Amino acid sequence: MIMGERKPLSEIKEMLEGYKKVLVLGCRTCVAVCMAGGDKEVELLGSLLRIASQKDGAELEIVEDAVERQCDIEYIEPLKEKVEECDVVLSMACGCGVQFMAELYANKPVLPAINTNFIGVTESVGVWTERCAQCGNCVLHLTGGICPIARCSKSLLNGPCGGSQNGKCEIDPEVDCGWQLIYDRMATLGQLDKLAEVIPPKDWTTSRDGGPRKIVREDVKEDVKT
Amino acid sequence: MKAGSNLERILSEGKFAATAELGPPKSADAELIKKKAELLKGKVDAVNITDNQTAIVRMSSIGAAKLTLENGLEPIMQMVCRDRNRIAIQSDVLGAYALGIKNMLCLTGDHQKFGNHPAARNVFDIDSIQLLSMMKGMRDDKVFQCGEEIRNSKKAPVVEPKMFLGAAENPFAQPFEFRAVRLAKKVNAGADFIQTQCIFDVPRFKEWMKEVVDLGLHEKVHILAGVMPVKSAGQVKYMKNNVAGMLIPDSLVDRMKGADDPKEEGVNFVVELINEVREIEGIRGVHIMAVEWEEMVPTIVERAGLLPRP
Repeated sequence: MIMGERKPLSEIKEMLEGYKKVLVLGCRTCVAVCMAGGDKEVELLGSLLRIASQKDGAELEIVEDAVERQCDIEYIEPLKEKVEECDVVLSMACGCGVQFMAELYANKPVLPAINTNFIGVTESVGVWTERCAQCGNCVLHLTGGICPIARCSKSLLNGPCGGSQNGKCEIDPEVDCGWQLIYDRMATLGQLDKLAEVIPPKDWTTSRDGGPRKIVREDVKEDVKT
Repeated sequence: MKAGSNLERILSEGKFAATAELGPPKSADAELIKKKAELLKGKVDAVNITDNQTAIVRMSSIGAAKLTLENGLEPIMQMVCRDRNRIAIQSDVLGAYALGIKNMLCLTGDHQKFGNHPAARNVFDIDSIQLLSMMKGMRDDKVFQCGEEIRNSKKAPVVEPKMFLGAAENPFAQPFEFRAVRLAKKVNAGADFIQTQCIFDVPRFKEWMKEVVDLGLHEKVHILAGVMPVKSAGQVKYMKNNVAGMLIPDSLVDRMKGADDPKEEGVNFVVELINEVREIEGIRGVHIMAVEWEEMVPTIVERAGLLPRP
């Protein structure tokens, strides 16, 4: 899932300066799971903004709503009336949701309330960690199901580097050494011999380095409505 | 001879090599390089020119290596993967070779978090092992990483950069069991010589060297043992607690604490260490990392009986 965190209230307030009526719009998928932008968080942010606005004497009217996914046109199209009656949208979706809203409502400012952090998992209640760097060319079969691109601070393919100590990464004693994890898992699988092979330089064209990415499935593609 | 450097000559003649480090200044001060080169000339076979070590911006290793060469001392240009992608690295190596640089140490590089620009973006397009392989390909197969020949046009001559290729290995990082295997990967990728991380824990180092010898790697690559003269108990304690991938026994902290003249004791320690490690099977030289203490290197090599240099 896409993990995000709400921006500090001060930053959100600053973005909203000068606006009179805001639609605080949540997203009930990824960012709801990581407790950053779902219904509850919309309610909380709405209340915080109301209190702040009263305190500052700014007359900011707040409209709250949330949709299933802001990255799907079918869910955001029905918001048309609500968006039009507000002079700004504060999206609590990930960066995709913010942009898709802005694309659909071209003459309405859409502001981000969330910092989009990574693709990850819920490790335990309240703890989310990164797993995938979306390089577009998966190597997990070579590395025991643990991603060296996302889990090694230097994205080494032939690691571990000289900074691996007691299972931790040199950059932070809280961060696991991705290559220690890979090594341990390969040992468990009885596949340590695979790690002796030199993995050649990666082709990054499928990653962000190749420019904005697109997937087209001709078999399911519908003609764009005119 | 693959590159024809002084270091390559000494190692291939089976002579015990001695290298040191020459840290470039955190400024454009060419005079400082000259001063350090004067100190080290004739005392060691070549010096490592660090590449923005610990991610602190310093004079480029290429620039400082060229200045070192002009001052009569052979440089080993360090190159890290943190700041350059494969395009920049290959381009820089063409330039470095054209300037007369013949040794190169291929490193992954310290994370930028430790440096003075922690907000910088890192590159890590390739890693140190892939870098070795790319450099070997440029030298031996005369092609760029993409496969194209190293020539300006179809009619132009092939002019490939012939670097004597080094790499580092840290026997003290973990997992221990993988360290000799990782060395083998570096050798397979193209390393001609290895400089190890500073040795403080000699028993662990011997254990690793035994694995290296068992794998037959000492016959395929010249291994230089990394040593570091220490200055004070405080410095040793700091490294023990703050530098990842360093194993430092308490006995060294105690020894430095008890010393009347810690600097003298640090030199005694490193001279004893050089004498001990050179007896280990497979050790072909020593790499002295006197960080910002280059002036002590002549004394160390003299006391370790490494003078005159071949």
